[in-house]
Amino acid sequence: MGLAKRIIPCLDVDNGRVVKGVNFVDIRDAGDPVEIAARYNEQGADEITFLDITASHEGRDTTVHTVEQIAENVFIPLTVGGGIRSVQDIRTMLNAGADKVSINTAAIHNPDLVRESAQKFGSQCIVVAIDAKRVDDVDGAPRWEIFTHGGRNPTGIDAVAWAVKMAELGAGEILLTSMDRDGTKNGFDLGVTRAISDAVEIPVIASGGVGNLQHLVDGIAQGGADAVLAASIFHFAEYTIPEAKAFMAARGIEMRL
Amino acid sequence: MSSGSVAVIDYGMGNLHSVASALRHVGAGEVLVTCDPEAIRAADRVVFPGVGAMRDCMAEIRRLKCDEILAEALVQQHKPVLAICIGMQALMDSSEENDGVPCLGLVPGTVRHFGNPLVAADGERLKVPHMGWNAVDQVREHPLWAGIENGTRFYFVHSYYVHAQDRELVTGALHYGVDADAALARDNLFAVQFHPEKSHTAGLQLLKNFIEWNGKC
Repeated sequence: MGLAKRIIPCLDVDNGRVVKGVNFVDIRDAGDPVEIAARYNEQGADEITFLDITASHEGRDTTVHTVEQIAENVFIPLTVGGGIRSVQDIRTMLNAGADKVSINTAAIHNPDLVRESAQKFGSQCIVVAIDAKRVDDVDGAPRWEIFTHGGRNPTGIDAVAWAVKMAELGAGEILLTSMDRDGTKNGFDLGVTRAISDAVEIPVIASGGVGNLQHLVDGIAQGGADAVLAASIFHFAEYTIPEAKAFMAARGIEMRL
Repeated sequence: MSSGSVAVIDYGMGNLHSVASALRHVGAGEVLVTCDPEAIRAADRVVFPGVGAMRDCMAEIRRLKCDEILAEALVQQHKPVLAICIGMQALMDSSEENDGVPCLGLVPGTVRHFGNPLVAADGERLKVPHMGWNAVDQVREHPLWAGIENGTRFYFVHSYYVHAQDRELVTGALHYGVDADAALARDNLFAVQFHPEKSHTAGLQLLKNFIEWNGKC
């Protein structure tokens, strides 16, 4: 036996409520992140990612409180991302009970934040999130660029080179989301997943586009990812975590069953 | 021995919230997260955790005199002590991290880098840090393994691993490109490289075993 590949359900949270819809059969209050995180914990999720999409400043206090409540009840690793801009933001989330913090846009504006926070808190808790979109070269060679603001704003930064740079600065893990695939249910962008996974020594989490269990297998077997992140297939109870794990294990992927 | 009080030694490196809440969850009477020598001295059991980089950890451990209080709990008071992750590594003689850091020397042995690149026997390239759920081979029986099946997976996150000089101390073994020590035990000390507080039911069982442990192998 070796290291298991991980399944990470993701909660998108706005003002303390899970959005993008959640539909567990036996949860009445479908939008409560604390309840949903506890459910995934029970089901055997390997980690949980909490993505805060709260726009307002006041809402951030709600987020901290929610993270505290989740951490009281969930004894698997918890990553918190969204709106992390400073060392103080990272400290606040770690103190609230997060095990890892995911830095996205702030790393683009201030790459030194990755270096500084990795030195201060350790690489193990610094995840750099990369939102990539395919922008092929004129000669047709595949290339991916980092986009911000939900895929609207190009940055001109090459996603693979950026991942390498982030790993050098001390990131402990890369959370890679394909903006072309996110929400499509057509599967991960395996090209960029493979390119980044091959380019860095640190683990890569594939995200964006999962519509069925074969997609999870492909992300690992073809994309070379170390972990797969999904939201809607689990939220809508299309599949449970144990079903996903059994499916992947049956296809030769090492899982924690 | 009843569960009593547990002092989680806080030398300011990282989040000890999850260790404390997991201990409370399994029924620890009183859990103190502290670096106060008196409080640690008065506790029935001690947890020595840690995350982050070894050089900074050792500097803070020494500055706050946590090294002295830990040695006292371990050697003079003979209290059950559980060291976790960097806490386990800090017990050794030295670590290769940060170009070499002298550690506490409470357990003979070294802390080594996983190697870059790290390659499995079948040629697969292995990522570093070693992050995720890996199987622990319970190579020796111990009260802290009670109720946990041999080969159960625990959650790890580390780039350096422990190699104890006295192989008799190795209680849990891990394989990730190399053979690494996942758990060590000596008298009233149990040390783990993985994070029991993040290892779901198996981790909680181990913590429960710890708060019920009388400190004897």
